[in-house]
Amino acid sequence: MAPVELPVEKWTGKIKEVKLGGNGRKSMVIGGETTLPFLKFEGVLPNKPVIAVEVQDAPPKDWPQALVSAYGDALKDPGEWAKKALSFGAEIIYLRLKSAHPEEGNTGAAEAKKAVAKVLEAVDVPVIVIGPEVPEKDNEVLVAASEVGKGQRLALGNCVEKNHRTIAATCIADGHVAIAKTPIEINLAKQLNILLCDVGLAADSIIMDPTTGSLGYGLEYTYSVMERLRIAGLMGDGMPSMPMLCDVGEESWRQKESRVTTGVPETWGDPAERAINWEIITAISLLNSGANIITLRHPKTIEFLKNSIAQLTQAG
Amino acid sequence: MALTGIEIYKFLPKTNCKKCNFPTCLAFAMKVAQKTVDVSVCPDLSPESKAALEAAGRPPIRLVTIGPDAKKVEVGNETVLFRHEKTFFHPPALMVRIKDNEPLESIEKTVAEVSSYSVERVGIDMAPNGFAIDNLSKDAGTFAKVAASVAGKSELPLVLMSTDPAAMEAALEKVGGNRPLIYGANAENWEKMAQLAAKYKCALAVIGKDGLDSLSELTEKITKAGVEDLVLAPNTANLSDSINTLTQLRRLAFKKAFKPLGYPVITFPGAASKSVEEEAILAAQQIGKYAGIIVLDHFTPALFYPLLTLRLNIYTDPQKHIQVTSAIYPIGSPKETSPVCVTTNFSLTYFSVAGELESSGFPAWLLVCDTEGLSVLTAWAAGKFDAERIAKAVKTLNLAEKISHQKIILPGKVAVLRGELEDELKGWDIMIGPPEAMDIGSYLKQMWKN
Ligand code: SF4
Repeated sequence: MAPVELPVEKWTGKIKEVKLGGNGRKSMVIGGETTLPFLKFEGVLPNKPVIAVEVQDAPPKDWPQALVSAYGDALKDPGEWAKKALSFGAEIIYLRLKSAHPEEGNTGAAEAKKAVAKVLEAVDVPVIVIGPEVPEKDNEVLVAASEVGKGQRLALGNCVEKNHRTIAATCIADGHVAIAKTPIEINLAKQLNILLCDVGLAADSIIMDPTTGSLGYGLEYTYSVMERLRIAGLMGDGMPSMPMLCDVGEESWRQKESRVTTGVPETWGDPAERAINWEIITAISLLNSGANIITLRHPKTIEFLKNSIAQLTQAG
Repeated sequence: MALTGIEIYKFLPKTNCKKCNFPTCLAFAMKVAQKTVDVSVCPDLSPESKAALEAAGRPPIRLVTIGPDAKKVEVGNETVLFRHEKTFFHPPALMVRIKDNEPLESIEKTVAEVSSYSVERVGIDMAPNGFAIDNLSKDAGTFAKVAASVAGKSELPLVLMSTDPAAMEAALEKVGGNRPLIYGANAENWEKMAQLAAKYKCALAVIGKDGLDSLSELTEKITKAGVEDLVLAPNTANLSDSINTLTQLRRLAFKKAFKPLGYPVITFPGAASKSVEEEAILAAQQIGKYAGIIVLDHFTPALFYPLLTLRLNIYTDPQKHIQVTSAIYPIGSPKETSPVCVTTNFSLTYFSVAGELESSGFPAWLLVCDTEGLSVLTAWAAGKFDAERIAKAVKTLNLAEKISHQKIILPGKVAVLRGELEDELKGWDIMIGPPEAMDIGSYLKQMWKN
């Protein structure tokens, strides 16, 4: 009998390659694939997806015990925290300048510079810096972060429509990458990329954050928007062909299923196991829908997902 | 795939002889497409055309049913590669593997736990779908006994796992009436297994771990022997083999209309996993990409609750706005002094507001209005989220009985409703919350003094 003829799609597009790090810092490239996630029989995936581990600029007030005990005293200092994250397997540090939020301390440029410098000093992997997600404050602290990391090709976010001019200008000036975040919608994602390119940011200096819904809390929306963005990119549309980042750690650890240990139905199962499963299942689902960077928090999740990515991307 | 009238017409004799009592072959074809008349009414249809018509009308992935009617699972008959293209129709059955060489007592315990397990999410009950009994003992008598015991304790569908036709027959004698899946046929035993499948009218799994060429050869032999209800068991041992193979199978069915592999797939994510977490990861991938029956080695609520939730998420129809029932939801453990936030019944809106309230640290009441599944701004624009509806919800859901104050917090995006709402709800204080759910926590910190 004739062998089965494999159903290979002829994609004309390619996901853009974005470089992070460099200039003394370890560098890496993400993106560059010519097929849907992990389909080796069809195309090339030159750069594997990477795991970013979150560090905050102050000890987190709202983390559940499972996380606090995993990181211990390292949570008191962003530099120590980053080293700990690295020892767990982080390939990128995702530094969230949370205390710059008006409700969380309203710290400013000076504190932001200090936190970023500590992390850059402590580890040599690429660094993403995320503001408090209040556009005016983001502008203040991200511009400060940008100066500290000048030339080291950080990624700065979140860049939203409201502050895209400032973030783009900073990225252009200091050689960084923008994290363009839009609310789970394919056209808004495209639109923001267009705006950023219009103000002069190179298309290979943009990473999309399509907004993550965790398992049980909108995962399916993120999943499908990512698949649509990826397919559009592979079909040759340049504007949604940027690599994607999913903030899995924050979103899955925010939910009741990962935080609450008592007073929930017994059918939810052991709280510690459930929380980890919540994070790993959210993560693998979003890797399969096209994430190039996922943020994670729990060391066990980091270990398992690292192995999974290795399995999915090994040659042969 | 349902054929159109024009597609059916192509197979007809085109003589317009009227023996079918229709004026033309085309008129007849249209009625066949509407299923008001059967194609066999045309006496001149050649057997070849009839066979071709049937083949063309067959779904690209066959629908396979297993288990007794009350708890049957139906898998296959999917029509798209990506859920956004339409929807996925038949959620994968999540089953638990039972080893027949374990003590009967512990088997019965597992069976009782699994069959009584059910967990609710957004008003939907989710549960495991059955058991796969694995003939590890290699003994026909033990296999049959365990199968009978499981079937006696639970109505859930069964998969019988043995490549020994004698053991399979022994088990089928006991439980064959429950329409189990026979797992399965391989290159050596397929003739005997196909005979058993035909005799007991059960679906047959075809095991082919050495690539799709030999798998499709095997399914062709088996279908020629008259067994049509097949389930494929290709190599899905690790994440990479699984996503590549299962994507190929689905594409072959849709893009190449390749019949020999147009069947649902069974997977065993625990088989090569070294931990429950690895098993969870592979099972989660297979829920999205593209398994029909997933047999897990571990049963714990902490594993099944998230996997069942994922299945619910992935198999939600993306074209329907999923609605949450209009009600007053307690978030945290709210008291009568706790704040009340108002939102719409679009599930994503509900989940983002509920999630933010959850992490804000403020126990609160969430009043969900029926906006026919639309989000805040869309509902407002469509006139489904106005002062009248909100006031009606406050009254019919008896909000006043739950709280000691008279304050409600509106989404910032519909601040314009305040005036009208003050008229509708005399004596109530209408507060304006932030436009984005994300800012609810900081809003409450500033504005809500207990
Ligand atoms: S009986 Fe058959 S051939 Fe004759 S008109 Fe009807 S469809 Fe056409």
